[in-house]
Amino acid sequence: MGFISEHSVLVASLIKIAVLLFVVMTALAYLTWFERKVVAHIQSRWGPYYVGAHGLLQPLADGLKFLFKEDFTPPASDKLVYMLAPFLALSLALTAIALIPFGPPSVRIFGQPVFVVSNSDIGLLFLFAITSIGVYGVALAGWSSNSKYPLLGGLRSSAQMISYEVSLTISVVGVLLLAGTLNFNSIIAGPHGQGGYWLHFIPKWNVIPQIIGFLCYLTAAIAETNRIPFDLPEAETELVAGFHTEYSSFKFAMFFMAEYANMITVSCLATILFFGGWLSPFPDSWHWQLFLPAAGLLALGFYCAYDVATRMRGLARLQLTVVTFLCLGLGALCLLHPVAQVVQGPFWFTAKVLVFLFFYVWVRGTLPRFRYDQLMSFGWKLLLPVSLANLVITAAVIAFITRHA
Amino acid sequence: MIPLIVFFVCAFFAIVGAVTLILAREPIHSALSLILVMVSLAVLYLLLGAEFISAVQIIVYAGAVMVLFVFVIMLLNAGKEERTDFSKLAKYAGLPFAFFLLIELVRWLHGSTAAKSAGTITAEVSTRALSTQLFRQYLFNFEATSILILIAVLGALVLARKNQ
Repeated sequence: MGFISEHSVLVASLIKIAVLLFVVMTALAYLTWFERKVVAHIQSRWGPYYVGAHGLLQPLADGLKFLFKEDFTPPASDKLVYMLAPFLALSLALTAIALIPFGPPSVRIFGQPVFVVSNSDIGLLFLFAITSIGVYGVALAGWSSNSKYPLLGGLRSSAQMISYEVSLTISVVGVLLLAGTLNFNSIIAGPHGQGGYWLHFIPKWNVIPQIIGFLCYLTAAIAETNRIPFDLPEAETELVAGFHTEYSSFKFAMFFMAEYANMITVSCLATILFFGGWLSPFPDSWHWQLFLPAAGLLALGFYCAYDVATRMRGLARLQLTVVTFLCLGLGALCLLHPVAQVVQGPFWFTAKVLVFLFFYVWVRGTLPRFRYDQLMSFGWKLLLPVSLANLVITAAVIAFITRHA
Repeated sequence: MIPLIVFFVCAFFAIVGAVTLILAREPIHSALSLILVMVSLAVLYLLLGAEFISAVQIIVYAGAVMVLFVFVIMLLNAGKEERTDFSKLAKYAGLPFAFFLLIELVRWLHGSTAAKSAGTITAEVSTRALSTQLFRQYLFNFEATSILILIAVLGALVLARKNQ
């Protein structure tokens, strides 16, 4: 007992890390399902359908498949670095998520904030520090495989990530100038944060004054996470599978999970910096917004019930019935006033992040891949000057306003 | 208690990294060891309360400088280093001198009061305080350094364009 009360922060952090890890791992698994479904519907296909109702058990089947496949190590590879690379990629990608606040810091249990693991004063800098060493996972995987295509993929990836990291960082500085802090919770709701409204209904989100910065951030972020149209490190028409050509079994799955975790981090960051994080888009006086999470869950539950009654057959019918009861039960729980109030922050945060994740998948289903020289000239000759200009203009405007106010 | 454990773990990794940096024969292994040293140092800075310095240490050294190192090593596909025998100078003059230096260092650390007070946090250095100092009091030094770096960049450009 003495130990627990003395190290309450440590104990609380460990519990939060365990819960967050579970949630993020599940989210990663279902992100693959989400992506396959959305891309399939963009291309007029059904996507995963047969493993579980609507393919809902597909991620589980995929995970088991990766676990039981032969874990082949190329004999000419550098064994230590070959092992290290996927661990580095995944652990760094997961560490970054510990800095993200999913809800307001005022929600506390036993005096410990619930929705964030580390509310650091220099949260953003730490996040950039972690993502900046994330390159090594890909680069080292390419080198240690001791094979042509992975090496080319690793080289491309390091060049690309160095180039776009500059624009990514500079595009965010405009927001930092507005907020005057590096702490995520203060960027969202600090004295110069994104609370409040213009004309009583337009939320004061940074995306409006920083629209250029936001567009630069979004482009650079897609490039940083090696996604289409910037996925040259794994361009299959040129490099087989790029940096992870020689990886099989769970080590391959770890690269896959790292990519999706990075997608989540980058989407969370966009939400926090430009779209008011866990703040609601509606004014506080609109009381009905308190019941939006419940309404959403209940609507989903009723749709599932309709699906069970009309379309599902056999085992899928049973599985979807479980999902129906889960949705309806959680929805009913969210109708309770105290629960509804606690759920508000995470609900808006998740909703905004989901929009960005959908955007990612949408881009993947729509755009073709860049050519390598186009990628480089786009990053250095367009994105970097534009984000620099945005920074200079923002700084000048802020200096002008503070002098004349 | 916990900071002490973290300190010893990071100090251990920093020393191990520094030793393997010299002993490794594969250039990439040396680069990786150097990254290990830098990240461990960043954690040690964090223990001293210098959050900003710690993050910048990782972003600049581990994240930017070493990525370029690794990139160049990969691009040149540098082979294993060849071991040569110790040079005579190192053997007969270098080793005794290094030993002497070590003893002298330990003796000085043992006696000095500065070393005893090192490691205790006297004041949290906030990013705001640091930047106020840097951009007010030390503005001239800051600008002078910037111009120095600009000259280095221009020099690199001139060298790269020489053959065109």
